Amino acid sequence: MSVWAKHQIFEKNSIVLLIGILIVVAIGGLVEIVPLFYLKSTIEKVEGMRPYTPLELAGRDIYIREGCYNCHSQMIRPLRDEVERYGHYSLAAESMYDHPFQWGSKRTGPDLARVGGKYSDEWQRAHLANPRSVVPGSIMPGYPFLAKTQLDAKNIAANMKVLALEGVPYTPDMIAKAEADLVAQTDPDSAGAAELAKRYPKALSRDFDGNPGAITEADALIAYLQMLGTLVDFKTYDKKANVR
Amino acid sequence: MAQQASINKTLTIGEGGTVIAFIALAVFSIIVAAKAWTPEYAFHAYLFAAASVATVFAIFNRYFARDAAPVPQEIDGKPNYNMGPIKFATIASVFWGIAGFTVGLIIALQLAYPALNFDLPWTNFGRLRPLHTSAVIFAFGGNVLLATSFYVVQRTCHARLAGDIAPWFVVLGYNFFIVIAGTGYLLGITQSKEYAEPEWYADLWLTVVWVAYLLVFLVTLWKRKEPHIYVANWFYLAFIVTIALLHLGNNATIPVSIYSSKSYIVWSGVQDAMVQWWYGHNAVGFFLTAGFLAIMYYFIPKRADRPVYSYRLSIVHFWALIFIYIWAGPHHLHYTALPDWAQTLGMVFSIILWMPSWGGMINGLMTLQGAWDKLRTDPVLRMMVVSVAFYGMSTFEGPLMSIKAVNSLSHYTDWTIGHVHSGALGWVAYVSFGAIYCLVPWLWNRSRLYSLRLVNWHFWLSTLGIVLYISAMWVSGILQGLMWRAYTKLGFLEYSFIETSEAMHPFYVIRALGGALFVIGSLIMAYNIWMTIRSPYAAGEAKRPQLVPAE
Repeated sequence: MSVWAKHQIFEKNSIVLLIGILIVVAIGGLVEIVPLFYLKSTIEKVEGMRPYTPLELAGRDIYIREGCYNCHSQMIRPLRDEVERYGHYSLAAESMYDHPFQWGSKRTGPDLARVGGKYSDEWQRAHLANPRSVVPGSIMPGYPFLAKTQLDAKNIAANMKVLALEGVPYTPDMIAKAEADLVAQTDPDSAGAAELAKRYPKALSRDFDGNPGAITEADALIAYLQMLGTLVDFKTYDKKANVR
Repeated sequence: MAQQASINKTLTIGEGGTVIAFIALAVFSIIVAAKAWTPEYAFHAYLFAAASVATVFAIFNRYFARDAAPVPQEIDGKPNYNMGPIKFATIASVFWGIAGFTVGLIIALQLAYPALNFDLPWTNFGRLRPLHTSAVIFAFGGNVLLATSFYVVQRTCHARLAGDIAPWFVVLGYNFFIVIAGTGYLLGITQSKEYAEPEWYADLWLTVVWVAYLLVFLVTLWKRKEPHIYVANWFYLAFIVTIALLHLGNNATIPVSIYSSKSYIVWSGVQDAMVQWWYGHNAVGFFLTAGFLAIMYYFIPKRADRPVYSYRLSIVHFWALIFIYIWAGPHHLHYTALPDWAQTLGMVFSIILWMPSWGGMINGLMTLQGAWDKLRTDPVLRMMVVSVAFYGMSTFEGPLMSIKAVNSLSHYTDWTIGHVHSGALGWVAYVSFGAIYCLVPWLWNRSRLYSLRLVNWHFWLSTLGIVLYISAMWVSGILQGLMWRAYTKLGFLEYSFIETSEAMHPFYVIRALGGALFVIGSLIMAYNIWMTIRSPYAAGEAKRPQLVPAE
């Protein structure tokens, strides 16, 4: 009996064929995915990473809702031109609280991994409302409705609870104060703003949308954009300790 | 068993069970709709309720119209094939194809002329792009796979499709999933995982439909009269099983509440990236490749009236392809924060993947041995053969782009978009068009298509469209990649980002032109199919060539 004839066992028995397929397709995935969960070198040790503030998280949810990831990556590769254009290459640690990740796959627009602090709030507002008002050649869609839409954040604590369940280090205190923190972040003069900064180091409290009367979706999205890539201080980051 | 005449008409267990399940789903959906946190989610819950009520109504309607005895498995010793669900999926694939290509044209135009975004939430590029990708991959491609797999499995097993309601549930349930997914994107409901954007409840629904699909397929295989399972069915089975595995792994998520459309994926950061591209690349490997190779293995031999070139090659090609494809995911993550060992594995296996891919291409092309002259006279066969040629081209380009040095230039640029479309338009869509052109006369019992001249027009217009599309994307992708890394003599970056973006404009216009030709081609196909179904030329079964099992 030739080797080829032995293959008949798969051809004549659908369950054997099915099990064969399952085994063959399982191997590659297991080898590539499972070690990422236990190899300590997968995620670098860094200082400064913290979960998103409630307002930033709400902004991130809007970023996802509008499909920003379709055109903007958040992953700077360790190539000379990218590091010069966008800043220090991205670390795995910088997205360890991102459920799901937002690395993206296409740069129709520039990378946003370190866009935080590069432009003023006012620029971000104008750019979101009409990108061509500040960048004439831009092909980005306009999002004028964000500044006109009240932020619906009544579920923010529920969202944070799920993230805590999935391993994001939100404390019960953070979840209990979620709505207060969200409001405080848009009002730098409030008492809550100082407390927010204690819970979330480096959190920026500003009236991001320039409209003190309302907390809009633009507030949340700009708060998110302005903190992107700002948490890890690369002056103190020890590259050698994290050689992989 | 002389019960046919005297039997009392009763609901079967399947009918009764389905009715009870859908009444329960309707009640549950209405409760969810009433308590939903957002109007968008309430809308979807009402859609579920309406579809459930319609299902109950349809089952009773069918019950009153049908005979008391169950549908015979055979009539006059010949299998009584179940073609209804296949006809539906065939028409649906043409409809979704045109819809998906048109949305693609719209977003191509938006990139050339951003005013076409209209600054509204539901018309902007970010929400329309997933609509385009899902419509072409899952709605168009998925319906082609459902239609052809149900057809091929019946024909090659000489047995009626398993189940009474189940095949209809699979086809209609799948299309309902498409509606939920597509309307969800427009309303801003997405989990942002590329090609897996639908939220948790749509994913759950798809899981139920997919299990039913696997069961219908498997049980039909069990009913086969041939001892051997035909090679196309191996590929269909691998496609169904592996897609189930990928779907469950990548969409592992925790909903915020049963009353909320929002969920958070359990994976995060680098692990989520790896899981996503394990899924994403194998959606290409198993949905867009294994499934469509099954089409190649049935429809090309059938149309050319030649046996598959090499039985041994199909065995090697099958196992090698499914084993190696799974490893290739990390090539989407070159130079990212994914550990180097995983990137290197992804690159190595992607290059090895070239071999089984070309094994499949050779097996498809060489099937034409002795029948090459048919390419001159049969534009349908020509479409399928050109699809295999495109398959060969893009499975050479893929391994090339997975080499890290090449990828450092091509990644994040339009080169990737061009590569995807040479596969999606040239391979997937062409082999699908070929299969649809074959299927429609067979399903509706017509002796031939309404017009082969129109098939010719479809072929040449869309070929021109593909050539314009992919060459524009090669130029724009490589140009932008080079501009991003260009330095002046003094050692500064030469171009700002927006300068590289502005340089893309002419190529985006050419790409949109190519897309428009492709849409026109698909409209010609729809007209041709409509006229074929309406035409009076009935065909005799005897003319159909018989297929020999591959041994």
